[in-house]
Amino acid sequence: MTFLAKPKIAHPSLPKNTLGLTRRDYEGALSTLCAGCGHDSITAAIVEACWGVDLEPQNLVKLSGIGCSSKTTAYFVSGSHGFNSVHGRMPSIAMGANAANRNLTYIGVSGDGDTLSIGLGQFCHAIRRNLNMLYIIENNGVYGLTKGQFSASADIGTKAKKGETNFQPPIDPVLLAMTLGATFVARSFSGDKQQLVPLIQAGMKHQGFALIDVLSPCVTFNDHEGSTKSYAYTREHYEPAVHADFVPLEREITADYKDGESLPVVMHDGSRIVLRKLDTAYDPTNRTAAAAHIQERMREGEYLTGLLYVERAEHEFHQVNQTPAFALNSIPYEALSPGKAGLDKILARYR
Amino acid sequence: MEPTDTSNPNYYHRVVDCQWACPAHTDVPEYIRLIAQGRFTDAYLVNRHSNVFPGILGRVCDRPCEPACRRGRIEEKPVAICRLKRVAADHREDVSGRLPKIPKVKNGKKVALVGAGCASLTVANDLMPLGYEVTIFEQFGEPGGLMRSNIPSFRLPHTVLNEEIGMITGMGVDLRLNTPVKSMRELIGQGGYDAVFVGSGAPKGKELNLPGRTEGSANVHIGISWLESVAFGHIEKIGRRVLIIGVGNTAMDCCRTSLRLGADSVKVMARKPRGFFKASEWELEDAEEESVAIVINHSPKSFVMENGRLAGMLFDRMEYDLDAQGRITAERIVGEQFFPADDVILAIGQENAFPWIERDLGIEFDKWDVPVVDKVTFQSTRAGVFFGGDAAFGPKNIIWAVEHGHQAAISIHRHCQGEAVSERLAPGMNLQSRKMGMHEWSYANDYNPLERRLMPHVSLKERFKKLNIEVELGFTAQQVEQEVQRCLNCDVQTVFTAKLCIECDACIDICPVDCLTITHNGTEAELRERLKAPAKNLTQPLYVSAGLPQTGRVMVKDEDLCVHCGLCAERCPTAAWDMQKSELRWPHAGDEAVALEAKKPKIA
Repeated sequence: MTFLAKPKIAHPSLPKNTLGLTRRDYEGALSTLCAGCGHDSITAAIVEACWGVDLEPQNLVKLSGIGCSSKTTAYFVSGSHGFNSVHGRMPSIAMGANAANRNLTYIGVSGDGDTLSIGLGQFCHAIRRNLNMLYIIENNGVYGLTKGQFSASADIGTKAKKGETNFQPPIDPVLLAMTLGATFVARSFSGDKQQLVPLIQAGMKHQGFALIDVLSPCVTFNDHEGSTKSYAYTREHYEPAVHADFVPLEREITADYKDGESLPVVMHDGSRIVLRKLDTAYDPTNRTAAAAHIQERMREGEYLTGLLYVERAEHEFHQVNQTPAFALNSIPYEALSPGKAGLDKILARYR
Repeated sequence: MEPTDTSNPNYYHRVVDCQWACPAHTDVPEYIRLIAQGRFTDAYLVNRHSNVFPGILGRVCDRPCEPACRRGRIEEKPVAICRLKRVAADHREDVSGRLPKIPKVKNGKKVALVGAGCASLTVANDLMPLGYEVTIFEQFGEPGGLMRSNIPSFRLPHTVLNEEIGMITGMGVDLRLNTPVKSMRELIGQGGYDAVFVGSGAPKGKELNLPGRTEGSANVHIGISWLESVAFGHIEKIGRRVLIIGVGNTAMDCCRTSLRLGADSVKVMARKPRGFFKASEWELEDAEEESVAIVINHSPKSFVMENGRLAGMLFDRMEYDLDAQGRITAERIVGEQFFPADDVILAIGQENAFPWIERDLGIEFDKWDVPVVDKVTFQSTRAGVFFGGDAAFGPKNIIWAVEHGHQAAISIHRHCQGEAVSERLAPGMNLQSRKMGMHEWSYANDYNPLERRLMPHVSLKERFKKLNIEVELGFTAQQVEQEVQRCLNCDVQTVFTAKLCIECDACIDICPVDCLTITHNGTEAELRERLKAPAKNLTQPLYVSAGLPQTGRVMVKDEDLCVHCGLCAERCPTAAWDMQKSELRWPHAGDEAVALEAKKPKIA
């Protein structure tokens, strides 16, 4: 962290998006995380991504639970809506907000503790309901806020800062999400914004639940030798399999993609994700094969990264439940409230 | 690109834009911090070490530092460096106890200095503490040269001038006033001097030979000679309507002086449009504030006489075609116009002139009749004879003359000690961390968005009452307190240690001006394009680190807009970034003396 707020001056040649805003306009409060925390880099990637898709700040909802990761929603897009909820309970808050207003963009930021321990049930059900949101896990393998105990994502054999070894198997959020039927599953690294920023942009545009598990080293409690989630270890065992370029609606694809190596996926709003296979044996559209491949690489100690599975699906929460196409706050009071007569009629149905 | 060699003193020196632009390399950020702490005397002495005349320069310096100031690239206006210098000079205590000590026992070497201007005085200032016997020959009855004769007292009060010159002459200099040197042959031959320094300035104003010049000569004046006559009380009046020819800083002094000697309609006549004026922007502003009219695109044609007296001047009206860069591509005359005048002052430039130097002494003159002087050693083609200030390379300004004096003093010392004048000490650089604690630095690193403070002036009603009422009042205490905070502390450098970096991106994310990038290496031109913010200002260097340990990529910093807020170092988990004060060691004659002494064999 720093004690000084980032000065409000900017590079004069800072580009503006179609709303006339610069990247600096998407920043938030001063981070109080440790200097060098991976989470701060993810925050910067979210800022960059929101700026890049011309998101109007007031159309963003940022939600979080408890933990180092969950503090970070304060550090980006200060002009947006936010809810810092109870530990592990972010998905139900997101669910409620999304049910009430389906026209906003939802980003949930959670950690490996918040998602895979206390909030595992909520996480699974958000996927099952295919809640239309981007769910980012800032995954560092330790409980940083309580001084570095192993979390549920700690790998077998990884060493804590004081030297103990972890013997319990990790829960891998990527494999879990694929098993539960998630339609957008990605893994990335806080130190690779070139990969992470387009993933966040695609995840925001994806209709349905989008998961990005971001390896985000804990610089204070998990960046030593013997840790499998340090900066150095992650860089050594980090294997990009599929690169996703996000192409907004108004921009033409200019790069010349060769057949077989690239695959454009058209999103619901007409924007596109162009997948570029870095590992030719990998198929990000085949759930079973992809899951097998990820597992195989994990056994060899490699983190397969990129957009690992994507599918254009038509069963997002609102579609399944056939809700109205507009936000509840735009429904006139008379229509929203049935009145005494209407309520009596409804109650009569249950007598 | 190759990793940047920051051990070369020039690298960090160049980052301190003001110090790099200052001919005398004044440690500007250091003295501004001292002013901020209320340590005016210390601030004054930091200045005096480099520029010798802080009180004078704090009023009338040409301020090459200000256009260079980084603040001027971040916002519009640079830090008021020059006016802060004046603050230090105005509020300092007595410094006599802290001036260099002059040895009672002399070293047996005698040096003659011609002209008691800023260049010669600097030479004396540097050589007296080393035990030299210094004699200054001055044609006028008071020392100061151009600082006294050409700068009007409403800009530079005599008290300030006398005090700072007195600090040098008080070192025991043999100052011979009213003693013009008539012959260099005599000076060299009979003076018994080990070295001669010529700091006689550029005392000859340029002439404008147009029809009517001779007839009108009673009312046509050469700017610098006229100012000189005003300064020494020989001229006390001028006509009501005055035309000034030329728009340099001398023209500005002439027009403002005219207003104080009885003129009420003063026009400065310019041949070209505004962008081509030689005068500094602030001097133009001050003149215009006093209702001086600046008339552009008028080229002098002739002096017009009426009844045997000057009646005015005839001008050609000019028109220019400019290209996209603002350069003149064509010019034509579109008519002529008469301007009535009682007096005309010519301020179109000045030259050095050496009628007193015989041309058979081995002192070579070039085809423009200017002495051939070495740009580093300031030695002429005759060993032991040195030139400096305007006398060396034509009219520049005080701060250049001071630096010439410093360099000439080094040469004179080496010459007198029998050492080669060209083998001089190289500049050095010292770096020292400013880290005090977790997020504490021993400098104020928070960026303050305050705008430049405006200098308060004596009211237009009051200032013309007397010739010597100083127009600028100096900053108020509150203005000082605010202006010092505008300095970005560019001398507190961002020093990077590549082997400590874990590439966490923290510095890149926090940098408010996007000057950092971690990327794969490339050629400079190509690298400049793909930085987080493209580095378009080619006058500012890129810092490129050695390969980083984890990925082999490099850390690139575009120095252009760094505000030295230190957030990169605060966010860095491994202290790969540190904020370190760079202190330039720019050698003077005293440093040469210490180095030469150290080389001598020690007698046990």
